[in-house]
Amino acid sequence: MGYQSVSENSHLLSRIAAGDGHGENSSYFDGWKDYDSNPFHPVSNPGGVIQMGLAENLLCLDLIKEWIKEHPEASICTEEGLNYFEAVANFQDYHGLPSFRQALARFMGKARGGRVSFNPDSIVMSGGGTGAQETLAFCLADPGDAFLVPTPYYPAFDRDFCWRTGVRLLPINCFSSNNFKLTKAALESAYETARKNNIRVKGVLMTNPSNPLGTTMDRDTLKTLLTFVNQKRIHLVCDEVFSGSVFNQADFLSVCELLDEEPSYDKSLIHIAYSLSKDLGLPGFRVGVIYSYNDTVVKCARRMSSFGLVSSQTQHLLSHMLNDDDFTSKYLAENKRRLHTRHEEFTSGLEKFGIKCLPSTAGLFIWMDLRQFLKENTENAELKLWRVIIDDVKLNISPGSSFRCTEPGWFRVCFANMDDATMHVALKRIGDFADKVKDETTQLDDATMHVALKRIGDFADKVKDETTQLQQKKRFNKKLRLSFCRINDGGITQHLMSPHLQSPRSPLVKASH
Amino acid sequence: MVAKVYKPCIPLSAIATSSTHGEDSPYFAGWRAYDEDPYDATTNPSGVIQMGLAENQVSFDLLEKYLEEHQEVSKLVNGIGGFRENALFQDYHGLNSFRKAMASFMEEIRGGKVKFDSNRIVLTAGATAANELLSFIIANPGDALLVPTPYYPGFDRDLRWRTGVNIIPVNCNSSNKFQITKQALEEAYAKAKKADLQVKGLLMTNPSNPLGTAMTRPVLEEILNFISSKNMHLISDEIYSGSVFSSEEFISIAEILEESGYADAQRVHIVYSLSKDLGLPGFRVGAIYSYNDAVVTTARRMSSFTLVSSQTQKMLSPMLSDVNFTKNYIKTNRERLKRRYDYVVEKLRECGIECLHGNAGLFCWMNLKPLLEEATTDGELKLWETILKDLKLDISPGSSCHCTEPGWFRVCFANMSIETLDVALSRFTSFMEKRRKT
Repeated sequence: MGYQSVSENSHLLSRIAAGDGHGENSSYFDGWKDYDSNPFHPVSNPGGVIQMGLAENLLCLDLIKEWIKEHPEASICTEEGLNYFEAVANFQDYHGLPSFRQALARFMGKARGGRVSFNPDSIVMSGGGTGAQETLAFCLADPGDAFLVPTPYYPAFDRDFCWRTGVRLLPINCFSSNNFKLTKAALESAYETARKNNIRVKGVLMTNPSNPLGTTMDRDTLKTLLTFVNQKRIHLVCDEVFSGSVFNQADFLSVCELLDEEPSYDKSLIHIAYSLSKDLGLPGFRVGVIYSYNDTVVKCARRMSSFGLVSSQTQHLLSHMLNDDDFTSKYLAENKRRLHTRHEEFTSGLEKFGIKCLPSTAGLFIWMDLRQFLKENTENAELKLWRVIIDDVKLNISPGSSFRCTEPGWFRVCFANMDDATMHVALKRIGDFADKVKDETTQLDDATMHVALKRIGDFADKVKDETTQLQQKKRFNKKLRLSFCRINDGGITQHLMSPHLQSPRSPLVKASH
Repeated sequence: MVAKVYKPCIPLSAIATSSTHGEDSPYFAGWRAYDEDPYDATTNPSGVIQMGLAENQVSFDLLEKYLEEHQEVSKLVNGIGGFRENALFQDYHGLNSFRKAMASFMEEIRGGKVKFDSNRIVLTAGATAANELLSFIIANPGDALLVPTPYYPGFDRDLRWRTGVNIIPVNCNSSNKFQITKQALEEAYAKAKKADLQVKGLLMTNPSNPLGTAMTRPVLEEILNFISSKNMHLISDEIYSGSVFSSEEFISIAEILEESGYADAQRVHIVYSLSKDLGLPGFRVGAIYSYNDAVVTTARRMSSFTLVSSQTQKMLSPMLSDVNFTKNYIKTNRERLKRRYDYVVEKLRECGIECLHGNAGLFCWMNLKPLLEEATTDGELKLWETILKDLKLDISPGSSCHCTEPGWFRVCFANMSIETLDVALSRFTSFMEKRRKT
């Protein structure tokens, strides 16, 4: 039902509410809408859009399901678990169930190969990883302050870290020339740029393993980073949400390990954000974690967790599950194995079509290099290509520009949110597309050249002015379907956002439930 | 290992170092005293009895019975079909079935006198998050919200801490049973204007915490007129709506809006939660119901920071949609709360303590003005300390609820067994007897 409208001012909302810091205005979501309006289904809609823009891990949910079935006492609504109902339903202490914190500490330690030990008393709950990021921003920075973040980065950080907090994120640019590794020079440059603009830098925000790159940070880079934040006396927020999703024999080196090794680093600067949404494939359960080595931050974050506590029903279930050592060991090992297998299959499939990916050892996605298919080395060209991939190839993948990648032509492609059959369909579509584009590229180039020559010739006598030439190009380009815009916000350009900013819908979840 | 002394690092945020989290209030100090020395009938019979926490434990058996008799719920939550979809479901619209269930439950509570559109429900992890969210949405940092006193101490944190919004109290007193008057509203508004603060809305709790009273129709209409004339929003926190002892006595703002054809409804937002009526604070189920599309859309986006666990939504949907169950639950819960309330008030009266005449909630508003050495906040806090240290009862001083009249205390009675309640009441009785002798 609609309600009578009153005068303009009556429902005047706050600046935060009226602005677009939520990030969803970007026409990037055309891709998501395309998926939502035409979702792939092997039987009922084999020609639909395959969702490869959602970093979910479906590969091991069967293990979790099996555990839950075998442990009815961990669920408060079963006959076996009902006697816990009252105590659990009543429990709203923001410290969280002690057994839950212990279970999380154990699990996080295990994901790091037992090389790090976490103190359950420093574990704070949050509303998913989303809530963890925002809470840390509220604790560490004032409105107008900035955190530096290496590019490319998870687009929803702009919402999570900045929207309601008023904190800014400034890029530390990384490049493919060294596989997008973070360098000391890049750190210093970003810091200096902020300083020149009178922006107070409060810290660095990084994701390790990286989203969207799927790479893990090496020891030297971590040391560079730790030295940098120590020298500048600023905070380091490490998002380690994919720490249990490292495969390919490579061991994950968490920043926590280096802290133990090197006492000269000030631990009170280090804060970890974690969640069970990726490693355990349980985004619906909203389990976020803040782990800080700074007691004041722990205390403050804990108070703030009142705004996003984990349901005690969920705490109860997961404390049983994650305290089950046999299960967690088996799960982590099997998760690695299945991710590795899927990663191998997918990347070798792409290789056959001459498509390369950034070498990666973690995460639920690959960073695909489609630079060879770009008509020009520009963001516009990347977005044009992306549009074709959605409309013609019917794959929703995420363009690098939405991750603020400095170089056009890279795409993040998720592979763990579908079954094998669907992955093969996706690969085939990519292969067909790759062949088609290779053929067309030559022809198109010729055609474009002829059109351009003719037009230049026709107007050669009349056109001397550069401005008119630009107008001509604009008229030509009007025919291309471009629906993206760049908003300049006082020098910081707001790029297009990835689908994560809109409420993500898994391909396996029907919209009306 | 030798502790290393580092150069001072960049400070934490102003929000982190402020005390607007409100935990230094005696409201929470009492909780800490309880935590350190909790009463237990067998192991610690002289411990502190917690009467400062508004929880509803009187009707758990009904919920447990439902789950026991409906094992299909556990199959739904953990069963073969549907687990994967549920585990992955992080859509901020929430499960359709759950939103519908919430709308249905809210309608039941209001005796079917209003209809709720489930598409206007936004889910949040508890009413704590809902109130903060609305504050972010309707006010800018530095703006003000009017809140009638006495009010729930947590509002100081929920409405102000991270939002930077101010609260201007609308002062109410016992001369008219703490009802909100037009004069009080105008005074508060004028005070805000004088301080150059833009008032963006009024937040009221109906039924009231800590008073335990439901608002009357004339007052509700007065408030609607006021907020319309001043061009502001109205947030009606109705989390105790299912705890009004008699359904005829609760009038939701939704009813007033419906009766007036929803004129100006776009200003109004209702907050609800399952923490009080259903006694499920652990599950973190809160909701915003807004008649304003822009608020619904924005609130939904913001709820990403505070979604309700999908397995909790799944578990509660069948129960809340089951009208046979909810009708019986609401009726029984009301009766049990009323019985407890009447019992407590009668026992207190017998030993010489009067309470405000209430008709709702999980607490009574106790008048200890005659016991004050001085009619000041200090006097009240002294008495509070005595009650905590000597009677070992954690009750909440009115000043922590911003009551302008010293001597009132909120006493919760629904969060313990009847045996524990009797022990608490006997401590009051002994205390009053001793006082009479001296």
